[in-house]
Amino acid sequence: MIQFDRFQLDNGLKVLVHQDTTTPMAVVNILYNVGAKDENPEKTGFAHLFEHLMFGGSINIPEYDEPLQRAGGENNAYTTNDLTNYYCQLPAENIETAFWLESDRMLSLAFSPKSLEVQRKVVCEEFKEHYINKPYGDAWHKMRTLAYTKHPYRWMTIGASLAHVEQATMEDVKDFFFQFYRPNNAILVVTGNVKTEDVKVLAEKWFGPIPAGKPYERNLPKEPKQEKHRSLDVRADVPMDMLMMTWHMGGRFDESYHATDLLTEVLGGGASSRLYEQLIKVRQLFSSISCYHFGTIDPGLFVITGKLVKGISMSVAEKAVLEEVEKMKHEILDAKEVQKVINKTESMICFEDMSIMNRAQSLAFYELIGDAALMNDELAKYQSVTSALIQSTAKTIFEDSNRNTLYYYSKTS
Amino acid sequence: MSLDRTIAPNIKDAVDFDIQLKPCQKYTLDNGVEVYAFEGGAQEVMLMELVFSAGNSFETKNWVAPATNYLLKNGTSNKSAFEVNDAFEFYGAYLNRSCYNETATISLHSLTKHFQEVIPVVSELVADAVFPENELDIYKKNQIQQLTLNLKKGDFIANRFIDEYLFGIDHPYGKYSSEEAYNQLTREDLVAFYNKYYKEGKCIVFMAGKFPANIESTLNKYIGSLPLNKHIIETPEHAIVAATEKKYSVVNDPSSVQGSIRIARHFPNRHHPDFAPVQVLNNIFGGFFGSRLMSNIREDKGYTYGIHSYLQNHIQQSAWLISTDAGKDVCSATIDEVYKEMAILRNELVALDELNLVKNYMLGSLLGDVDGPFQIIGRWKSYILNGLTEEYFYNTIKTVRAIQPQQLQDLANKYLNESDFYELVVY
Repeated sequence: MIQFDRFQLDNGLKVLVHQDTTTPMAVVNILYNVGAKDENPEKTGFAHLFEHLMFGGSINIPEYDEPLQRAGGENNAYTTNDLTNYYCQLPAENIETAFWLESDRMLSLAFSPKSLEVQRKVVCEEFKEHYINKPYGDAWHKMRTLAYTKHPYRWMTIGASLAHVEQATMEDVKDFFFQFYRPNNAILVVTGNVKTEDVKVLAEKWFGPIPAGKPYERNLPKEPKQEKHRSLDVRADVPMDMLMMTWHMGGRFDESYHATDLLTEVLGGGASSRLYEQLIKVRQLFSSISCYHFGTIDPGLFVITGKLVKGISMSVAEKAVLEEVEKMKHEILDAKEVQKVINKTESMICFEDMSIMNRAQSLAFYELIGDAALMNDELAKYQSVTSALIQSTAKTIFEDSNRNTLYYYSKTS
Repeated sequence: MSLDRTIAPNIKDAVDFDIQLKPCQKYTLDNGVEVYAFEGGAQEVMLMELVFSAGNSFETKNWVAPATNYLLKNGTSNKSAFEVNDAFEFYGAYLNRSCYNETATISLHSLTKHFQEVIPVVSELVADAVFPENELDIYKKNQIQQLTLNLKKGDFIANRFIDEYLFGIDHPYGKYSSEEAYNQLTREDLVAFYNKYYKEGKCIVFMAGKFPANIESTLNKYIGSLPLNKHIIETPEHAIVAATEKKYSVVNDPSSVQGSIRIARHFPNRHHPDFAPVQVLNNIFGGFFGSRLMSNIREDKGYTYGIHSYLQNHIQQSAWLISTDAGKDVCSATIDEVYKEMAILRNELVALDELNLVKNYMLGSLLGDVDGPFQIIGRWKSYILNGLTEEYFYNTIKTVRAIQPQQLQDLANKYLNESDFYELVVY
């Protein structure tokens, strides 16, 4: 049970505080309600490039990192398709430094042309390192474009192409900032050795004077229901064939969400999961296989992907995966298997909640999706999932017309 | 009163923080196995790590140590690999194993309430792993495939080669896997290694988190009853055979858009008096986001997504490494800048302002690093395995607090000379 206090400033900034007196540290986490899905389809990769620019100096403070490091702090940030999150951890006694830094870059960036020029290059190197200079690095680009025709999950956070990142202008940066980086589009979470009344004073002092922005009305195109199995053949200089399948699933608010999560555990969670045991150990068709889902707010993808053992044909591998998937539609899981995936989930939640950093990020995320208190209901929701619900969820997801398949062939094999 | 945002709030200098490494409890089981335990944390979770003297220093045939460690949980006389995995996973417990140079570990993360259910299975793995032939075959086949994939990656190749240049292909720190090594593994190799270094091997136990009642007697029942620590395990001596050639360029993939750069020199281990002060120099040089390498090569020039320098975590002998992946057309410019930064550290005193920032950053991070039960036991484990005491912790803090620019410049002149470094680019 994670206790927290919550208040809101007049400019709309939501503030959550979770006290833990056993640590000398504090975490200041700011989540902005903007992700890659909010980008212009012609200017993708922008939310992430923007995250880099947030470290390039703000209106009154030339350097973000330096004063934080001087206060004994560390920080980082990440961008997903749904959100952008910034966090720093520092000795609790120096927490005001984080308020000073975070509020100034919410007030306004410095918009330095040099920072934009350099970070465009840095992001291009990041793009190369992770998506070009890596075997199968383009697989997810291809899968997203295959599976989504309308919804902006069809591109990755890094961007649909290097060109989009290279072409970003200062005007784009300013527009993006004043549209999304406003207090009424952000959630501030403070955890660690802090008191709510002190956080209130600091929040009013540093964030209070920042003007609210125009509320952002998100109106994203819905992905139409897929009517037919789609597939794509890829041939590349990779050492072995890879099979990647996805199915559309419900979003974070869908009532099947928790059952879907458990379904991925049954199929692919660990060395006693079904796909691992059947396809790697017993039938020896795959050398590695995994099953997971996007965990996104809007309807995401349920994923099964694996590398084939040399000499195994794609069609044999595909058929074997589909057989396992088919079983989930026709079998009722026995109580022990359901109990196992619930126990695993309980354990995962407990380990995740160990650090004040994770607690801060979870509180921010659940607040974003409606209410931070939901964080404390998660386990109960998993515990209420029945084998019948898992089966009906499998039936809905594993329709063949709902499937997308990437056949990624090795040129050399 | 309007707020002046150009003025930073007052801070307490991290050098003034009272940083304590919380003590851990030590006791000995019936068979002489030492247990180091730190109890604490808000969550009902715990960690148990068994550390064996079973790293690759002890193998006489390449890859026997990592393979034995990996396949430990793939079957006992009473349980198949599936049943072993299921026994842990049913309770939401994670059983991991890792093989290093001197040590190899079996670690268990578990909910406190289920520890009693899973510790018997850990005990069974130490007493009765059987290494089925079939499991070894699958392991070999899949590892060879994984290796083929990794060999496509420049950074993977670069990490292997730089260690080989520094230590030699026969040294535990310099050797690496190969298709041939995997193919030559036999069940007999693994069983013999297991019997000597696990079943009747030398073991130390580290525990952290919230413990169930009667933890000592539980450990005694399941670990203290095993035939461990019976024999003296001699640590074999391995001579370091460093390469004579210093500069290398390797083309692994002609279509690559980046080069993996590694620049490295030998460095003494933690017992050397320069180890702690060089940590400060390393931070200034390339040890954190605000370092000179990062500021210059990423934040000013945009040549790379990241560049880091660090001291390798070895027990016998360390090495000082600079590591980055940079655009193909800017690799040589990147290398030039690395040497330029070395020269600046040799020729100029570090400004006090920069030094104070680094000191604060290091001590602030340390304060965060010794927070939480798993972090605390991790720090103790590192000291115990390196033959150090908590004095090392406090001495390091003293060193960081006291170090002055002149000492850093002297260290730079001693250790940051281009001619001492191996240099490798893999395209």
